[in-house]
Amino acid sequence: MVLVLALGDLHIPHRAPDLPAKFKSMLVPGKIQHVICTGNLCIKEVHEYLKTVCPDLHITRGEYDEDSRYPDTKTLTIGQFKLGVCHGHQVIPWGDLDSLAMLQRQLDVDILVTGHTHQFTAYKHEAGVVINPGSATGAFSSITYDVNPSFVLMDIDGLRVVVYVYELIDGEVKVDKIDFKKTTTPTNLPH
Amino acid sequence: MMMSNGIEDEEKWLAEGIAGIQHNAFYLHRALDSNNLREALKYSAQLLSELRTSRLSPHKYYELCKVLHMRAFDELRRLEIFFKEEDRHGCPVIDLYELVQHAGNILPRLYLLCTVGSVYIKSKEAPAKDILRDLVEMCRAVQHPVRGLFLRSYLAQVSRDKLPDIGSEYEGEGDTVMDAVEFVLQNFIEMNKLWVRMQHQGIFYEANVSFGDRDPELKPSFGVSGLQGPHREKEKLEKERNELRDLVGKNLHVLSQIEGIDLEMYRDTVLPSVLEQIVNCKDELAQYYLMDCIIQVFPDEYHLQTLETLLSACPQLQPTVDLKTVLSQLMERLSNYASLNPELLPEFLQVEAFSKLSNAIGKVMEAQVDMPVVGAISLYVSLLTFTLRVHPDRLDYVDQVLGACVKILSGKPKLEDSKATKQVVALLSAPLDKYDDIVTALTLSNYPRVMDHLDAGTNKVMAMVIIRSIMKNKSWVSTSDKVEVLFELIKGLIKDLEGISTDELDEEDFNEEQNSVACLMHMLYNDEPEEMLKIICTVWKHVMSGGPKRLPFTVPSLVFSALKLVRRLQGQDGDVGGEEVPATPKKIFQLLNQIIETLSVVPAPELALRLYLQCAEAANDCDLEPVAYDFFTQAFVLYEEEVADSKAQVTAIHLIIGTLQRVNVFGVENRDTLTHKATGYSAKLLKKPDQCRAVYACSHLFWVDDQDGIKDGERVLLCLKRSLRIANAAQQMTNVTRGSSGPVTLFVEILNKYLYFFEKGNPQITASVIQGLIELIKTEMQSDNAVVNPVSDAFFTSTLRYIQFQKEKGGAMGEKYDSIKLGG
Repeated sequence: MVLVLALGDLHIPHRAPDLPAKFKSMLVPGKIQHVICTGNLCIKEVHEYLKTVCPDLHITRGEYDEDSRYPDTKTLTIGQFKLGVCHGHQVIPWGDLDSLAMLQRQLDVDILVTGHTHQFTAYKHEAGVVINPGSATGAFSSITYDVNPSFVLMDIDGLRVVVYVYELIDGEVKVDKIDFKKTTTPTNLPH
Repeated sequence: MMMSNGIEDEEKWLAEGIAGIQHNAFYLHRALDSNNLREALKYSAQLLSELRTSRLSPHKYYELCKVLHMRAFDELRRLEIFFKEEDRHGCPVIDLYELVQHAGNILPRLYLLCTVGSVYIKSKEAPAKDILRDLVEMCRAVQHPVRGLFLRSYLAQVSRDKLPDIGSEYEGEGDTVMDAVEFVLQNFIEMNKLWVRMQHQGIFYEANVSFGDRDPELKPSFGVSGLQGPHREKEKLEKERNELRDLVGKNLHVLSQIEGIDLEMYRDTVLPSVLEQIVNCKDELAQYYLMDCIIQVFPDEYHLQTLETLLSACPQLQPTVDLKTVLSQLMERLSNYASLNPELLPEFLQVEAFSKLSNAIGKVMEAQVDMPVVGAISLYVSLLTFTLRVHPDRLDYVDQVLGACVKILSGKPKLEDSKATKQVVALLSAPLDKYDDIVTALTLSNYPRVMDHLDAGTNKVMAMVIIRSIMKNKSWVSTSDKVEVLFELIKGLIKDLEGISTDELDEEDFNEEQNSVACLMHMLYNDEPEEMLKIICTVWKHVMSGGPKRLPFTVPSLVFSALKLVRRLQGQDGDVGGEEVPATPKKIFQLLNQIIETLSVVPAPELALRLYLQCAEAANDCDLEPVAYDFFTQAFVLYEEEVADSKAQVTAIHLIIGTLQRVNVFGVENRDTLTHKATGYSAKLLKKPDQCRAVYACSHLFWVDDQDGIKDGERVLLCLKRSLRIANAAQQMTNVTRGSSGPVTLFVEILNKYLYFFEKGNPQITASVIQGLIELIKTEMQSDNAVVNPVSDAFFTSTLRYIQFQKEKGGAMGEKYDSIKLGG
C-alpha cells in the first residue's frame, strides 16, 4: 500500500492565508510516501511545508508560482502505475476532460493529476483516470464558484488505486472514495 | 599568591576544626555512656569551642557548622536525651540550666544553654515563653556577626517545635501564640542587626590571627583584604553576606508556619514589626532580600489585604534597593493568585489593588529618576500582566498602564537598548495574547503611542507580532475603522519609515513580512458589501504607497479580495430600491483598474496581465461587456509591450486564449477583434512548436460547447489547418537545420484536436480529413530521415487505440468512426 497525496492551487498568500487547520492536522509527516502538487503554491514556504509532510515531492508549475523553475509537466512511476502531473492552465479549454485526455495520451500515463479549476474531479476514460484534487485552501477561482477546500489521497496497491477525496464542507471534513483498476493488456491494434 | 595560600590554609583549618570535633565527640560518647554529667559537659563544651574560631570565612564556617550540626545534632541530641533522663545523671533540668552557664567560654556556654533550654521547655517545668525569652536575650552576649548568626540559627532550630502555637502542647495559660510570635520576631530582629553589621565591619576570614583563649567574640575582627582593593572587597563581602542571608530569612519562614497567626495578627503585629526592622536597618542588601522574603513566604491572601502597608514601606527603603524587582515579584504572585482563584476577583477590586500598585509604582518612578528605561518598562509589564489577569475587562486600566509607559518613553530618543525594546515588545504583546479579539487591544488609545516610540526595526517586529496574533487566533477585523487602526500600527511593514530604506533589508525577512501582510488581508472581512468595500479602500489607501518592492506582494491579495466582493454583488446593478448604492461591481472594477495599474511602477507586467484577465472574466460574469473588453485590452497591451521573454509569452498567450474561450459577454465585433488578436499573436510566437500549439488552442475560441455557445466550424478548421501548416514548416526546418525530421508529436496533437471537433460534430471535419491526417503521420514516421522517437510513437499509438475504442463503442459514436480505417 503506497499513499500518494495529491493537492494543489493553494494560492498562498494571494488568495488564502493557510491550509485549513483540519487538513494540516491530518497531514502528518511520515504517513505519506509521495506528494504530487499540481502547482500555484505559490511561495516557497508552502514548498517547505510540503517537504516536511513527505520529502518525495513532485511539483509542476502553476501560472502564479513564485518559483518559475518547476516543470510544466512531470511523469513518475509508483508501483504499477504511471502518473502524470500538469497544472492545467496550459490545456485549453480549461477543465475540458477530452482535452485533458489528450494530454494523458501524450504523456502516456495511467493517472493524470491536474488542477487549475479548483474543482475536484475524478474521471475515467479509456486510457486511464484524470484526477483534479481541487484547491487545498478553497481559494477563489474564476472558473468555479463556491470552492470547498479539498485534496486527494491515492492508495496504490498493485493494479488497484483507491482515490480518497477529502473536502472541507461547513467546517467538517467529508471523505469520499472511488476505486479504479488498471487493465494490464492494452487492446491490440492493427498498424 | 596570598589567595591560594589563604585557601589552602582554610582547608587546613576546617580539617583541624572537624578533627577537633571528632576528637571531643569520642570522649563525649564515653562520658554519656558512663552517665558522667561533668565529663559530658566538659567535652561538649570543648567540642563546641571549635565554633569559636575566627579563622574561617563564613562559607567555611558554615561548612564547619554544618559538620558540627550534623555531628552535634547527634551529640547534642544524645546530650538532650541524657539531660532529659534525670535518673541517669541525677541533675534536675532546672539545675542543669544553671550548671551549663558555668562553662568557660561564652559560645559553648550558649549552645549548651540552648540545648538544655530545649529540654527544659519539653519538661514543661517552666512556661515555654519564659525560657524562650531568656534564651533569646542571653544570645545577645555574642555580638560577633557570623558566630552570632549561627548561634541564633541554632536557637531557632531547636525551638522550632516547641513554640506555644495554637494546638501545640506548649500552649497554655500565659503561653500563647503571641509569645511565640514575639520570640521569633525578637530573634529575627537580632539576627538582622548582626547580619547588617557585617557590612560595616567587613568581616571575613583572617590569616594568621589567633586570639588564643581570650574571648574573641566581643572583639570585632578586621579584614586584611586591603591588598585586593576596595571593589573586590565589596564584592567579597556581598558574597559572604549573601551566603548567610537564609539564616535570617528562615525566621520569616518560621513565622509563616505558625498556625496561630491569622490575618489580623499578621496585619497588626507581624508585618509592622518586620517592616519596621527592614526600614530601620537602612541596609540595601537586607532590605531587598527581606522584602522579597516577605512576598515569597507569606500567603497571597495576606498580601492582598495588607497591600497598603506593604507598599508604603517601599518609598522608605534605601534608594538603591531594586524595588522594581520586588514590586514585580509581588505583582506576579498576585497575578497567579488571581488566575488560580478567579472567585476572589471581587476582593481585588475591593482592596483597590490596581490603584494601590499603580500609585506605588508611580512613587518609585518619582523617587528613582535615574531608573533605566528597561527597568521602568519591565515594572509596567508586570503591572500589565497583573491587570490583564485581574481586571481584563477594565480596558481603561490597561490603557492607563500603556499611558504611563508612553510618559516614560516620551522625551527620550527612540529606544536603542535591546533589553528595553524587548520589554516594550513584551508590554505590547501581553494584551494581544490575552484578548482573543485582537481588535480590543488595538483600540487602546495608548497602544499606537507606545509603538511610535519604537525604533523602525522593532516597530516592524511588533507589527509582525500583531499579524501573527491575528492569524493564530483567527480574529476577523470587520470594520474599516478597525482596519485603519490596524494598518496604522503596522505601517512599518506597509511603507518605508524614516530610518530604514528597503534596500537595507534582508531579502528573506522582507519577503516574509510582505507575505504576512498579504495573508493578513484575508482576515479583513465584513458581510455587508458597503463596509467590505470601505475596508478594501482603506487597505488600498495604506498599501498604495508601499513602493515597487511591496506592491507585487500586496496587490494580488487585495485584487482577489475585491473580486470576491464582486462575485457577492453579481447581479446587483446598483439600484436597490431606487437609491444609488456605492458598492457596485462597476465601482469595484474601476478601483481594480487603479490598483492593477500601479504594478507598472514595479514593473510586473506578467502579474498585471494575469490580474487583468481575472478581472475580465469577473466582468464577463457581471455582464459588463465594455468593462470586460477594456480589461482584455489592457492585457493585450501588456502582452504587446511588456512581455518580452518568449517562455513568458507562451504562458501569457495561453492564459489570454483560455480566458477568452470562457467569456460569452462579447458581441460579434468585439469578439472578432479579440480572437483575431489572440490568433495573430499565437502565430507570432518565437518557436514554431509554440506557434503551432497556441494556434490550435485558438481553435477552441470558435467552438464553445454550451447551448448558446459559438460553434463556428469553419474558423475552427482554419485554425487547425493553420497549425498544421506551421507543423509542416517546423518539420521542414528541422530537416534543413538538423538533417533529420523532428518528432511527429505536433502532428499527433493536431490529430487529437481534429478528433475532438470531429466528435463534437463540426461539419467541416470529416472522416476523410482525419484519415488523411493519420496517413500523413504514418508517412512521416516511416520516412527516410525519420528519427525514432518513442514518446511520439507511444502518443500516436494511444491515439489510434482511442480511435479503435471509439469505433468499438458502437452507437452514434461508432458510426461516426466507422469510416476511419486504422489498418493497412
